[in-house]
Amino acid sequence: MGVGIEVRGLNAWYGKHLALKSIDMTVPANHVTAVIGPSGCGKSTFVRCLNRMHETIPEARADGLVKVGEMEVYGDGTDPVEIRRRIGMVFQKPNPFPTMSIYDNVAAGLRLNGFRNRKQLDELVERSLKLSALWDEVKDTLHKKSGASLSGGQQQRLCIARSLAVEPEVLLMDEPASALDPISTSKIEELIFQLKQHYTVVIVTHNMQQAARVAELTGFFLMGSLIEYDKTEKIFTTPADKRTEDYITGRFG
Amino acid sequence: MPKQPGDASTQQVSLWRRFMNQAANVFAVSAAVLVIVPLVVIFIYLVWKGVGSLNWAFLTQTPKPPGELGGGMANAMVGSAVILALASAVGIPMGIGCGIYLAEYGRDRFGDLVRFTADVLNGVPSIVIGIAVYSLIVLRQKHFSAFSGGIALAIMMIPTVARATEEMLLMVPNNVREAALGLGIPKWRTTLSISLRTASAGVITGCMLAFARVAGETAPLLFTAFGNQYWNMNPNQPTAALPLQIYTYALSPYDDWHRQAWAGALILIVMIVAAVAAVRIATTRGALKGAS
Amino acid sequence: MTAIPALANAATERRVSVASSVLQRIRTTQPRSSRLPDAVFRVLILVTAVSVFAIVVFVVWELVDKSRLSLHQFGVGFFYGHDWDPVNDQYGAMPFIYGTLVSSLLALLLAVPLSVGVAVYLTEMCPIRWRAIISFLVELLAAIPSVVYGLWAIFVLAPLLRDYVEPFLARTLGWTGLFTGPIYGIGMLAAGIIMAIMIVPIIASITREVLTAVPQNQREAVLALGATRWEMIRMGVLRNARIGIVGGIILGLGRALGETMAVTMVIGNRPEISKSLFAPGYTMASVIANEFSEATGDLYLSALVEIGLALFLVTLIVNALARLLVWSITGGAAGRVRA
Repeated sequence: MGVGIEVRGLNAWYGKHLALKSIDMTVPANHVTAVIGPSGCGKSTFVRCLNRMHETIPEARADGLVKVGEMEVYGDGTDPVEIRRRIGMVFQKPNPFPTMSIYDNVAAGLRLNGFRNRKQLDELVERSLKLSALWDEVKDTLHKKSGASLSGGQQQRLCIARSLAVEPEVLLMDEPASALDPISTSKIEELIFQLKQHYTVVIVTHNMQQAARVAELTGFFLMGSLIEYDKTEKIFTTPADKRTEDYITGRFG
Repeated sequence: MPKQPGDASTQQVSLWRRFMNQAANVFAVSAAVLVIVPLVVIFIYLVWKGVGSLNWAFLTQTPKPPGELGGGMANAMVGSAVILALASAVGIPMGIGCGIYLAEYGRDRFGDLVRFTADVLNGVPSIVIGIAVYSLIVLRQKHFSAFSGGIALAIMMIPTVARATEEMLLMVPNNVREAALGLGIPKWRTTLSISLRTASAGVITGCMLAFARVAGETAPLLFTAFGNQYWNMNPNQPTAALPLQIYTYALSPYDDWHRQAWAGALILIVMIVAAVAAVRIATTRGALKGAS
Repeated sequence: MTAIPALANAATERRVSVASSVLQRIRTTQPRSSRLPDAVFRVLILVTAVSVFAIVVFVVWELVDKSRLSLHQFGVGFFYGHDWDPVNDQYGAMPFIYGTLVSSLLALLLAVPLSVGVAVYLTEMCPIRWRAIISFLVELLAAIPSVVYGLWAIFVLAPLLRDYVEPFLARTLGWTGLFTGPIYGIGMLAAGIIMAIMIVPIIASITREVLTAVPQNQREAVLALGATRWEMIRMGVLRNARIGIVGGIILGLGRALGETMAVTMVIGNRPEISKSLFAPGYTMASVIANEFSEATGDLYLSALVEIGLALFLVTLIVNALARLLVWSITGGAAGRVRA
């Protein structure tokens, strides 16, 4: 089951540049929350702060309260490695491991965490691929084909399976379908809809229609601040803030 | 999801994984240290052992007979200069010409062949080049000479210079060439005065790198220039060279000669490091626009 | 109005064809003053390119020609004959082949972990402001001439080995048979060590290039699964770059095989095959360096040239293989000029 995320006063810097300004946001468990906004507004930065990927960039740092379930992401004793296992991430451009088979791709995270038993791995790989709606397409070529030999949409589903294999509680998706064709995109969107039963999903998207299709809640970011955060329906029909309205209606961004 | 023992979600990052991470850190840092240590130690030794022996006599005199103290490597330094001058006079124009060919005319199968050949030449052990030049020139002339040594070193310079020239010329944008040709400037002029001029900084870098590389070469000179205990300004006679002299002295049983070998090595290193540093400064100071 | 477009088209077509034939004439008739120099220039340039080709042909020809005597005399047996006896005009190259292989392999064994370690350090761990200076220092190692390495090896490395390292190895690992026998300091171990130092820069440099060529998103993919930095390097970087790294190692091997001066100065120059690394040995390049100028007799010289030919062929194959592997990763970028 997924857990909720609570964010209080999150700031993030690239060097001296303050990219996120005191973000407050509560993401409910087992829901899909979309994060939208124009380029450079900080939506990707925000999401990357949730699993401490932001600080892997040289000179980048973040602080504030981020609680995922009971876990304090920026707490004193917290190990980023542990955080990233519990908060999964899917990237904009599918990035399967080209030197590994489909099976090994999905099993990669499991092996890192010490799973060695072959039968156990088989079961977990199958389960993850079924969860990401890829199992039927690859079950006969699990070991024969490399991760990179699949189509773009399949690669992305493979990456989702890979992330799900280590049983995260939250799944972060940074524009997961923007590099894909419309048919793959709709498959991914269907998938996201299924996933929320088991996980909490936060999805960054620049495509407002996509946010409207998959997300129950939407947050609008602009220049590093969270301008408005509400039910998706409300954001897109009767936004409270004028800036939100301008973005929705395409006046900028 | 039912939780099982050993479930990924209930594990902390294991001690073993933490240990491996630290071990890898230690290993990588140690490797960096271990690699730099010989460099530092060698330089320290060179300065320590070499500086003491550098005196006016060393720089101006020829070797004394074995066993006698004193004397110097003046003839070796001059000899090296002569051989390197010969090598550059042949190697640099040929290398640049080959590079021009590869960049401007050689985008076909024959060009690929020449490129491959230059790579082959680059990988040939220097002693084998020495044998070949011995065979080609020394045997026919029936004597050793600075000339044959210069040719051997020139052969070693050519691939480096050619590659650098080709790369730098390829970086000159095509519209510069077209602009020149459009103005009615003939192709040969365009290539030399415009393309080559634009690429010149990078080409000079390549030449200096090639020069620095062959300046320290000993093996190809062993049976071409051969070495000489006395002054010799005739390029058609066996000629002393600094690396050769260092080699001979190092293997000799005389302490004084060992001392002089260090001094010679110091001079050689200073020369080469100066060339390499100059290249580094030139490439990072942005004196080369868009190069390297 | 309907007739006029047809007429207009015909007129336009005529004008176009006139214009194009004028342009055509301009293009094919350059001013006479530049046609000859252009042709001359092209020929000159072609000559330099062909000369490079010719040089390699000459080198091979001379090697083959001068080794003919020995090839006829000894045939293939030359390469596994154990006796190198100039006095009796008996020549077998096995001791040198053995010495070359063992010293090169030893050098690789020592150099590869160091080089890959330095490369990983520089690309994944080193703070950015130190990167330039450390990488410069590593490259400086490549600038030191072989004879200077040899000088240092004779007077600093060999005594160190003789007085501290080799006795220690004999005490602790002597049972392996690799560290037994009289301790001179000079010998196979010294040669392997100095060769290792000399090939580290080339392996490290290529490894760095292939590591840098691994896209950042691979690193992120591994980190996002909950991996430590080492695991990220292992799974996301090294694994992707392994073909190129192997290429760099093979290139280092090629360099080691042809290394002459430093090795000659510390390997002991005795044409014997011995299991112990303390023993003196002889490499293909060393025997040529030492004995070529003194070689009396045509067969002696021919045997040495044949060794040179063998050395040429071996390094040719090794280097070609290495370049193939490295280019498959970096797509030709590794042909960059390096000192």
